[in-house]
Amino acid sequence: MEFVQNFPFLTIILALFSGPLCSVLKSKAAKRVNTISIALILVMSVAVLLFTLQTGEAYVYRMGHFSAPWGNEIRVGVLEAFMAVFFCVVMLLCMLGGRRELAEEVEETKQNLYYVMVGLLLSSLLALIYTNDLFTAYVFVEINTISACGLIMIRQNGRAIEAATRYMIMSLLGSGLLLMGICYLYDLTGHLLMSNIKEQVAILAETGEYHIPLLISITLMSVGLAIKSALFPFHSWVPDAYGYSTLSSSAILSSLVSKGYIFLVVKIFYRVIGFDVIRESKVINVLFVFGVMGMIFGSLSAIRESNIRRMIAWSSVAQIGYIYMGFGLGTTAGMIASLFHILSHAATKSMLFVSASGLMDVSNHDTDFFALTGSGYRNKAAGVAFTAGSLSMVGIPLFSGFISKVLFASAAYDTSGKLIPAMIALALSTLLNAIYFMKTVIRIYTPAHRANIETDSRVITAKEQPQKTAVLALFVVLNLILGLFSEPIVNMLTQGLEMFG
Amino acid sequence: MNFANLLDNYEEAVAMILFVIGFSNLLLQPNLIKKIIGMNIMDTAIYLFLALKGYIEGHKAPIVVDGVQSTEAYINPIPSGLVLTGIVVSVSVSALMLSLTIRLYRRYHTLNLDEISTQIKKEDM
Repeated sequence: MEFVQNFPFLTIILALFSGPLCSVLKSKAAKRVNTISIALILVMSVAVLLFTLQTGEAYVYRMGHFSAPWGNEIRVGVLEAFMAVFFCVVMLLCMLGGRRELAEEVEETKQNLYYVMVGLLLSSLLALIYTNDLFTAYVFVEINTISACGLIMIRQNGRAIEAATRYMIMSLLGSGLLLMGICYLYDLTGHLLMSNIKEQVAILAETGEYHIPLLISITLMSVGLAIKSALFPFHSWVPDAYGYSTLSSSAILSSLVSKGYIFLVVKIFYRVIGFDVIRESKVINVLFVFGVMGMIFGSLSAIRESNIRRMIAWSSVAQIGYIYMGFGLGTTAGMIASLFHILSHAATKSMLFVSASGLMDVSNHDTDFFALTGSGYRNKAAGVAFTAGSLSMVGIPLFSGFISKVLFASAAYDTSGKLIPAMIALALSTLLNAIYFMKTVIRIYTPAHRANIETDSRVITAKEQPQKTAVLALFVVLNLILGLFSEPIVNMLTQGLEMFG
Repeated sequence: MNFANLLDNYEEAVAMILFVIGFSNLLLQPNLIKKIIGMNIMDTAIYLFLALKGYIEGHKAPIVVDGVQSTEAYINPIPSGLVLTGIVVSVSVSALMLSLTIRLYRRYHTLNLDEISTQIKKEDM
């Protein structure tokens, strides 16, 4: 066994222990430990990705050398390693981009605790990506929820605490359903390791035995994870949780936390149940309907919203809808489109949050839409990044959003019966996206004196905030990479998905 | 529909009913403490279900005494292990929810989540 093969496990442990280490250090040292540990995990994940690309097949890492079906396993292929790399990049950028806000908005004694939460969150995300054991996945889902709740409530005002409570309640409902689904499945198959469950489920599907319990189990797990990742009818907590927490939290929550759960959905579809059984169960049709509704209603709510951060949060609801619509198409092409959209949305949404806060900095920290008039001139870097993010969300070529829309559209062509609703939803949602994002872009580039609005006259140049400007530039580059070099990335996702099941 | 099976497996039916009671309490109760109680009922119902699934009539707890090693003698130990793990998760989540409740109560002097939301909206205006 090569040494690189230990890295997935080591990255989880490293993330887990960097948190508690941060809590006992001085605040400056804690900051540094946090950044270095995320960077180190990034480097290790890149090594794992290169290794899996080289060998071209997934490998199983037995924890404590107990072999299946008794032991606990980690399973690593191209898709898992690529997701880990991408999550680390976005996490690093979000942390660097929100550093100043963190210092301003959070009490000094509480700042180290923030790094504990970030460490825990990263470790649970990595564990969700790599684990091959369903019950371990449940435990890390809960760890993910607890640390995400910590990220929201770290800003100690009433709104943030209320948002955290509401987030927690919805999440607990989701995890209750998920756990019940897992128990059902364990009861039916007698296994907890994903690969073993799949073998048994294939037998059950063939003989037709326990058809209804299997269906209930699939439904419970899908609905549970859909609640946790804020699919349309279960999204009520999103605007508050993303809108009132500190900047890094909003960026991380919208771009990574919900994606961790979605990745678990992919895993359950492909590795636990098997995609053929899922397709026959018709559960994906329900996901398709809710996804399409989310795409439209999320955007409609975003148009009505005058608070810019809540507007971006509502847009997240729509984007999650896209991802579930891709699952609902029930084809491999649809799944790849969804996976690409996970990347595209993670890169774009965190950029929008960071740049929107840059725009608010030069508008008296006001989140109101009209207060932002002309802010694109006062903080040029944030203005450019916000425009790039908006163009990507709308789906203009060059940016990542365009590629995911093309992938969704071409995936919809191969389905029977879902082509027309999917196309209508895509067109309508693109139009609505264009309305609220372009409205905002026009607003930030309207000179304040011409609109007769009194605004802040502060100007922030790139030199004053070199770190934030660099982060925004990197976000734009990340977006352009996804948009311009989509072919190798889509190939990698395809290769990864083949060895995933 | 065959209701005879339902009577045979009445323990599982009880677990499901408890699950639904807990779930709807967590979802619908405006009072935060009652919500937390609902969550605990829901979790406990799942543990009851798991424990039932591991229990085999006439078998004993899986602790080897007097050198009896046959699988015929013991119940399935894995669900018990899962229940233990689940309890740990549920305890930590309850603690987190209770601490959030304390914070909200200190600030708004009520446990009613809807009332808290109205107060927050008033603060904003």
